[in-house]
Amino acid sequence: MKPLKLLGLITVIITGFFLLYGVNDMPRWGDTNTPASVHVSPYYIQHSQADTDAPNFVSAVLADYRGFDTLFETTVIFCAGIACMMLLRKEEDA
Amino acid sequence: MINRYDNLIIEFFCRIIAAPLFLFGVYIIFHGEASPGGGFQGGVILGAGFIMLAIAYGMDFTLRRIREKMILFLSCIGVFIYGGIGAACLLWRGNFLDYGKLPLPVDSVSAIRGLGIMGIEIGVGLTVMGVMISIYYDLIDPGGIQPDMLSGEE
Repeated sequence: MKPLKLLGLITVIITGFFLLYGVNDMPRWGDTNTPASVHVSPYYIQHSQADTDAPNFVSAVLADYRGFDTLFETTVIFCAGIACMMLLRKEEDA
Repeated sequence: MINRYDNLIIEFFCRIIAAPLFLFGVYIIFHGEASPGGGFQGGVILGAGFIMLAIAYGMDFTLRRIREKMILFLSCIGVFIYGGIGAACLLWRGNFLDYGKLPLPVDSVSAIRGLGIMGIEIGVGLTVMGVMISIYYDLIDPGGIQPDMLSGEE
């Protein structure tokens, strides 16, 4: 085995060990005592109806509480369209 | 390049399903506030409607309905609506994207926020629709100059 590949293998094994070791500290799936579940989620569930009049609180989080995120999601999609246009479109009818 | 040929079944089915499909897309966008859905999903449905027309009836038919410049204009307008609603909140002394400060003729602040959500869903839907159709038009473009492509039978 070439030395560079051996080095890569050792790096992957060590990094994988640390990643798997870190997984131990992650909260269990569906655990209700995680910071995300005790801090913001109850607020959104209890107050989004009164704050936004939106019965669907996924929409309220997506478009109101996290509106900045969604704005740039839209911008990313727009940029993807522009990039496809630049790469694929013929020039004479651009 | 595969040329299209007339297929009665496909054209008839697309003619029947086209109008309900567009109506459903608009419904998904406007009802995203109250039920699962929203701008992204509704925009994809609207874009898929135009792509369906392009598959069934050919590009000439679809380009006469919605041109490439119109698509680019719509997707720009979508982002502009979203950013414009956000920036309009600054004019009435709110934070960026703080819809509650907009001077709309609705009695409560929460209703104004709901209308703001609906406004930006429209913007997202227009952008997603435009980008979907635009990518399809670009992919189906055979590249190079092929004059017989432009004068296909209709």
